[in-house]
Amino acid sequence: MDEPRLSRRRLLTAGAVIGAVPVATAAAAAALGGRDEPFREGQANAPTTVENTQGWTWFSEAEAAFVSAAVGRLIPADDLGPGAVEAGVPVFIDRQLAGPYGRGERWYMQGPWGPGVATQGWQTRLTPAGMYRAAIKSIDAVVAHEGKAATFARLAAADQDAFLKALESGDAKLDGVDAKAFFAQLLQNTLEGFWSDPIYGGNRDMAGWKLIGFPGARYDHSEFVAKHGEKYPLPPVGIRGRVEWTRS
Amino acid sequence: MARKLPPVDAVLVGFGWTGAIMAQELTEAGLNVLALERGAWADTSREFATTFAQDELRYYWRHDLFQAAAHDTQTIRNDASQVALPMRKLGSYLPGTNVGGAGVHWNGQTWRFLPTDFVARSHNVQRYGAAAIPDTMTIQDWGITYDELEPHYDLFERVCGISGKAGNLRGDIQAGGNPFEGPRQNEYPNPPMAMTLPPTLFAEAAKGLGFHPFPQPSANMSRAYVNPYGVRLEACTYCGFCEKFACGNYSKASAQTTILPVLMKKSNFRLRTECEVTKVNLDSSGKRAVSVTYVDASGEEYEQPAELVVLCSYILNNVRLMLLSGIGAPYDPQTGQGVIGKSYAYQITSSVNLFFDDKILNPFIGAGAHGMLVDEWNGDNFDHSGLGFIGGGYLGVVQTGARPIETHPVPEGTPKWGSAFKKAIAANYLRTMSVVTHGAVMSHRGNYLDLDPTYRDVYGRPLLRMTFDFTDNEHRMSDYLTDRAIDIARAMKPRELAVHRRKGSWDVVPYQTTHNTGGAIMGSDPGTSAVNKYLQSWDVSNVFVMGASAFPQNPGYNPTGTVAALAYHAAAAITQRWLKAPGALV
Repeated sequence: MDEPRLSRRRLLTAGAVIGAVPVATAAAAAALGGRDEPFREGQANAPTTVENTQGWTWFSEAEAAFVSAAVGRLIPADDLGPGAVEAGVPVFIDRQLAGPYGRGERWYMQGPWGPGVATQGWQTRLTPAGMYRAAIKSIDAVVAHEGKAATFARLAAADQDAFLKALESGDAKLDGVDAKAFFAQLLQNTLEGFWSDPIYGGNRDMAGWKLIGFPGARYDHSEFVAKHGEKYPLPPVGIRGRVEWTRS
Repeated sequence: MARKLPPVDAVLVGFGWTGAIMAQELTEAGLNVLALERGAWADTSREFATTFAQDELRYYWRHDLFQAAAHDTQTIRNDASQVALPMRKLGSYLPGTNVGGAGVHWNGQTWRFLPTDFVARSHNVQRYGAAAIPDTMTIQDWGITYDELEPHYDLFERVCGISGKAGNLRGDIQAGGNPFEGPRQNEYPNPPMAMTLPPTLFAEAAKGLGFHPFPQPSANMSRAYVNPYGVRLEACTYCGFCEKFACGNYSKASAQTTILPVLMKKSNFRLRTECEVTKVNLDSSGKRAVSVTYVDASGEEYEQPAELVVLCSYILNNVRLMLLSGIGAPYDPQTGQGVIGKSYAYQITSSVNLFFDDKILNPFIGAGAHGMLVDEWNGDNFDHSGLGFIGGGYLGVVQTGARPIETHPVPEGTPKWGSAFKKAIAANYLRTMSVVTHGAVMSHRGNYLDLDPTYRDVYGRPLLRMTFDFTDNEHRMSDYLTDRAIDIARAMKPRELAVHRRKGSWDVVPYQTTHNTGGAIMGSDPGTSAVNKYLQSWDVSNVFVMGASAFPQNPGYNPTGTVAALAYHAAAAITQRWLKAPGALV
């Protein structure tokens, strides 16, 4: 049977003791509450933005050529407006792969590694950046071997489409990379680059948002909730504001 | 060697919704309370201000508010014949991280379970006979009734300022509310949210078919509100960045917007962030917890003695910590004996997209719990005779905001890329809506949690292993719900539909819900449950285990309302009874 152990004396004193623990300075320093309220003014954990959209950070020229060609087929420029290339998607992907996402920093990357079944999801030991590097090298080698062109980027558009379909279905076989997994990654990153906020280097001039009518990072639609069936009248804004305000 | 710290009255492991609730109640009772949170401090103005909170890439796709799998994940498999492999990147569910936990990025869909949900086994046996429950289905009664929880649901709704319309006030059915809900002592503290066109169209169609549509109970504020703690929330602006995002507007109830402004000022409360509890230490009898061991951000290890230990982290971590600490007997799926890890369950969802030519629907306007629903096919609200399943779910239109990377529906047969895709999304984005179904998952003998034999976390501790699949009961139920959704969708006269049923085995890749349940289930029998009705461990009476880990099976509603009500119920028992006579409350 448990004995009551909570005494009034402890209730009155324990707080003061915690506040001045001499043996555990690291823990004491991290303690929040009471007089040490953690709310701070003038601080913001703002996003890490892409400031320079010129050149490549992660891609080699050959890799950039592949990605530019491929995303241009996934979302082509046409009479509806700019495609993925014009919207800066290759720059977006390059900067993403150069950063924590490309390194798979948030992903569980310890072995042992096994193929598993499809419902167990991503099981490759390649990081996203590593997957691009390995896949593009292999794709260009396969294209060169087939003989229609030296690289994927130099294929005719119809042949590029056919090759992308073979990646999508898994019919194409790549060296050390699952073709289907790479295609899914490429398509996902393309959609991300086309529709994410322009601060990440893609969706240039908010071309992706304008195509579909998404008004972007607006934060107050309360006036428009009950306006049933009306077309939303305002142009898109990004985290840095409207295109006209931020175009350099 | 861990440095031993001066004792506290109560230590809370994890600091999200239940940690904040428990801290508030225990400090009010005069205890010195220390919360240990493995994530960092997070408040609205610093971490998700309105100037940058609406960032689909950062928060959803790059997981800024979610647990990093690199630190701690689960291994997963559909059945015991497979080798479990780690969930290397998040997909099907998105546990939170940092102060506030998953309650920062939730939608705010705040439900009470049905009275019959709490007696699922006895009720179904009584109505349909014992044969209606297969031998492999391990559903149980909860050991608590709706009536016992009602005051605690009511309190949580007032703390959050839930927007909604009562359907059953003290037994009187109310027009415009959910007529199937259990009796409530009070109307919701705030009126329903304003509705955009898609939920409005759904409600008209459902009503025309003779059903009873009602506004979804919402923790997104329909107006400015001051809660019983004196904390003010602001009116929702329907920005559409709620689900999977944090609110920059103080418009979505979370620990930050309802409790912390009061709690953090108290001299008898302390919070240590970036401090991860690795074990609950028991005395030599194994029947009493004496301390917890934790590691701080610099890697220093500490032992924190406490009279009372409350596990308040996400269910998967609560269950793992119990297994690692030897609290309760681990479940054995072969024999059905043991309780820790037993009856893991989830949620089953499906959707029907509707494409219109003649309507502009502005799907980007929304909020996490902004919808109109019907509850005709939830729980046992309908006769299951001859259907081959038990349980159910709600369905309706919840317009959470169509962020385009995630939501770009196109008609069936459209390619996933190329000019045809581009043309289809440009033509349909503003003219598309979705009817969703949200269904129960019963507990089954082969669905459970245990420690993985191979994979380890950053501290070298075994990962939690999840063995889970949908069974025939879930698929039949979900198909039935989906068929009902199609009926109502057709009545809305769209140009065409695209039906997305949940087929086959549970798949970790596509996001479904963060409604993981079970593993430390509550009940009235220590032989078949891990905790009693007060969420107190049957085995270690000064350990209480908060969260949806207590659900013996997962009903057809979102869990947070019940998780919070159970926490308030447990806190009341601790402050009113346990403090006077620490020991088993049952």
